[in-house]
Amino acid sequence: MSSSTHASHEAHKDYEGSKLGMWLFLFTEILLFGGLFLLYSAYRAKYPFDFHNGGQHLNTFIGVLNTVILLTSSLTVAIAISAIQKGNRRLTLLCLSATIVFGLLFLVDKYIEWSAEIGHGIYPNGPELLKLPDGEKIFYGLYYCMTGLHGLHVIAGIIVLSIMLAFVRSGKITSTDFNKLENAGLYWHLVDVIWIFLLPLLYLSA
Amino acid sequence: MERAEQHGHIVSYLTFVKVWLVLLFLTAMLVVAGTIFHPTLSVPALLTLTPLKAGLVFYYFMHLKYEKPFLKAAVFVALALLTVFIALIFLDISYR
Amino acid sequence: MTSAAQNASVSSYLDAGDRRGFPAWILSTDHKRIGILYLASLAVLFFVAVAIGVLMRVEQLSVNPPPFAPATYNAFFTVHGVIMIFMFVLPGLPSVFGNFFLPILIGARDVAFPRLNLMSWYFYIAGALIAVAALFTGNGPPDTGWTFYAPYSLRSGTNVTLAVFAAFVLGFSSILTGINFITTIHRLRAPGMTWHRMPLFAWSLYGTAWIQVLVTPIIGITLLLVVAERVFGVGVFDPAKGGDPILYQHLFWIYSHPAVYIMILPAMGAITEIIPTFAHRTIFGYRAIAYSSIAIAALGSLVWGHHMFTSGMGELANTVFSLLTFIVAVPSAIKVFNWTSTLYKGSIELKPPMLFALTFIFLFSIGGLTGLMQGALNVNTHLHDTYFIVGHFHYVMFGGTGMGFLAALLYWFPKMFGKMYNEKMAAIAWVPIFIGFNMLYFTMLILGMMGMPRRYFTHLPQYHTGHVIASIGAFILASGLLLFFANLAIALIKGKKVAQNPWGGVTLEWLIPTPPPRDNFEEIPTIDDRPYVFNPEAAQ
Repeated sequence: MSSSTHASHEAHKDYEGSKLGMWLFLFTEILLFGGLFLLYSAYRAKYPFDFHNGGQHLNTFIGVLNTVILLTSSLTVAIAISAIQKGNRRLTLLCLSATIVFGLLFLVDKYIEWSAEIGHGIYPNGPELLKLPDGEKIFYGLYYCMTGLHGLHVIAGIIVLSIMLAFVRSGKITSTDFNKLENAGLYWHLVDVIWIFLLPLLYLSA
Repeated sequence: MERAEQHGHIVSYLTFVKVWLVLLFLTAMLVVAGTIFHPTLSVPALLTLTPLKAGLVFYYFMHLKYEKPFLKAAVFVALALLTVFIALIFLDISYR
Repeated sequence: MTSAAQNASVSSYLDAGDRRGFPAWILSTDHKRIGILYLASLAVLFFVAVAIGVLMRVEQLSVNPPPFAPATYNAFFTVHGVIMIFMFVLPGLPSVFGNFFLPILIGARDVAFPRLNLMSWYFYIAGALIAVAALFTGNGPPDTGWTFYAPYSLRSGTNVTLAVFAAFVLGFSSILTGINFITTIHRLRAPGMTWHRMPLFAWSLYGTAWIQVLVTPIIGITLLLVVAERVFGVGVFDPAKGGDPILYQHLFWIYSHPAVYIMILPAMGAITEIIPTFAHRTIFGYRAIAYSSIAIAALGSLVWGHHMFTSGMGELANTVFSLLTFIVAVPSAIKVFNWTSTLYKGSIELKPPMLFALTFIFLFSIGGLTGLMQGALNVNTHLHDTYFIVGHFHYVMFGGTGMGFLAALLYWFPKMFGKMYNEKMAAIAWVPIFIGFNMLYFTMLILGMMGMPRRYFTHLPQYHTGHVIASIGAFILASGLLLFFANLAIALIKGKKVAQNPWGGVTLEWLIPTPPPRDNFEEIPTIDDRPYVFNPEAAQ
């Protein structure tokens, strides 16, 4: 009944608006992890020695390896986006797949790391943890919360990127309509940024 | 240039690789700084190198360099807000 | 501009589209229908919370013995707070009137992300259902107070985990609304509608949306940590494991204080729409009101410590937070001066929306002033955790946001539904609402000064008279609310059809048919002037 000249508005896509929406969502993620960073800084100020000890016991090698993996995955997803903009569909698919593989590698490392610590009885309410001084208990509590929440976001990112991979394959994402991929990339980069902060806080706490 | 095909500034592959190399280098420096248990050196190093790495990811990988000033300001506000929260809390816990 | 005759022939958003019945509503991405969905769900939850509040006042009527067990009373005030705050006051104005009117006010056909909009309502319903589950499963409803302070919230045997998770889910609803509104305002303003030609309700929603986006995640992580502690024993706030409960309070209030600005800014925005219309004068100090909305959002993020003055914070922190609290009162006061100046030399029509708008100004001012009193450290030491605080926040949340919500409802009801309610009845309902409100909450201010603690299931003899007065006030208030909503409900069913612009408003929503068509505008208008221009020569 209402004027039919406005069917066109359904098809109208707002690239800038979509990107703005994604950035706003990223702000919520920054503040979500921010709460944990806030707690970390407060408790580190309270228990400097215990936090240092806690950091020493974590596996620095895996931490650094995971950092390199995520940084490289950021490179590949960034290249994937430039590639689709240039119309190089093959390179996009290659780099997107690489990003997903890196993400999975990260998760495998994480699994190995957590298994080791859990095996040593160091987990929330674990037998060895309860023997540790208070500050170290808090350190490991924060360690599991921060890396756990981060890990969930890595999983979410892998799922989203896989869906984008399917979209590129099926032609839903093209060189002129790629903002879904760009938004997915933004999300992935933020996951990387969070890890950039987690590395020194947890693994390199001097 | 602003409207390549339909929209979006295209960043070259080489720029991304260069940024990636710098990030790897900074990570190496970070590891060196972090494994020297000398609070006077390593904590300031961590506090400057880490935001620098994050900044590079924001600026180049996330295209922030090529975005409108408003978006840059918004990112700044979000990060500044978090910093202010931490600062005000330290006003409490440092002087109890 | 369509005439009344054309008005009748244009189909509205209420008419059936390509779906019918229930799915036509709960699958609709039309911002107007989503606003109505929120209104319906909110109204139900509001009355549940009112009923619990009434039961709390029944408890205090009798000391020997009180009608309900102490544990029951603890559950009462917890659930009353959780529902009111997370399911009524926070989402109220943004999700109902923001959703319905923001696109229309700025000349758009919908919000930036219509499907995300519907999802935000789904999150709201999911959160509400989880909260209801917390009431009736396991060891029963939480008894920690809506603030869920550690360490008790970590140890209480009641359904804290479920309740806290409900609040977490509700937070997503708030965040999605915020993301949607910021993007809508940035991207979808009609041609010619510069920032300084936007209606002030839109400005208030803009400030609100930034708070929603930036601080809601903090409560998100805090509540997640409470769940992690209860389920996995993580120990971040538990003093037995080296944790600091005051850090819980910091994180909690870093969200919950700005949250009150999420509550009040849209109400102030609605009042700012209503007053010019019924004073037939342009708003005084447009820029002052616009910028003070942003200032309140910004400054309001820095004052959370004033909830914690007696908790064990250091003295320096106490002093700084007290100073910041005094400063944040300034932009709010600016608004009150602007509204009053708008009224001055206006041609005032005391229609029901205006009546409630003026009530808002009066009650909110009392709330604000009592807030300032609490901001003074020495006074706070005496008043913290007393009924004075309870009186204060009801003056601002109920006398402020609540009255703002009722005023907005009276103002925009005809536009939303195309029917008029009984204006006389609305004014009559105001009487018990106003009298009951002040009997209930002013008495609380006095009880608090006398030393009556909050969250106590009973009281000492010297407080009894005050409690009886307050309880009677509550019953009067509740009857007034029932009368108010009955009036609107009757109007929904058999109200008279209303003209396109019954109040003579000049903002965009009054220039389109009543109720609005599915796509709002026949043609997106081009704006060439600032809002609230009342032409004295033009007939009403």
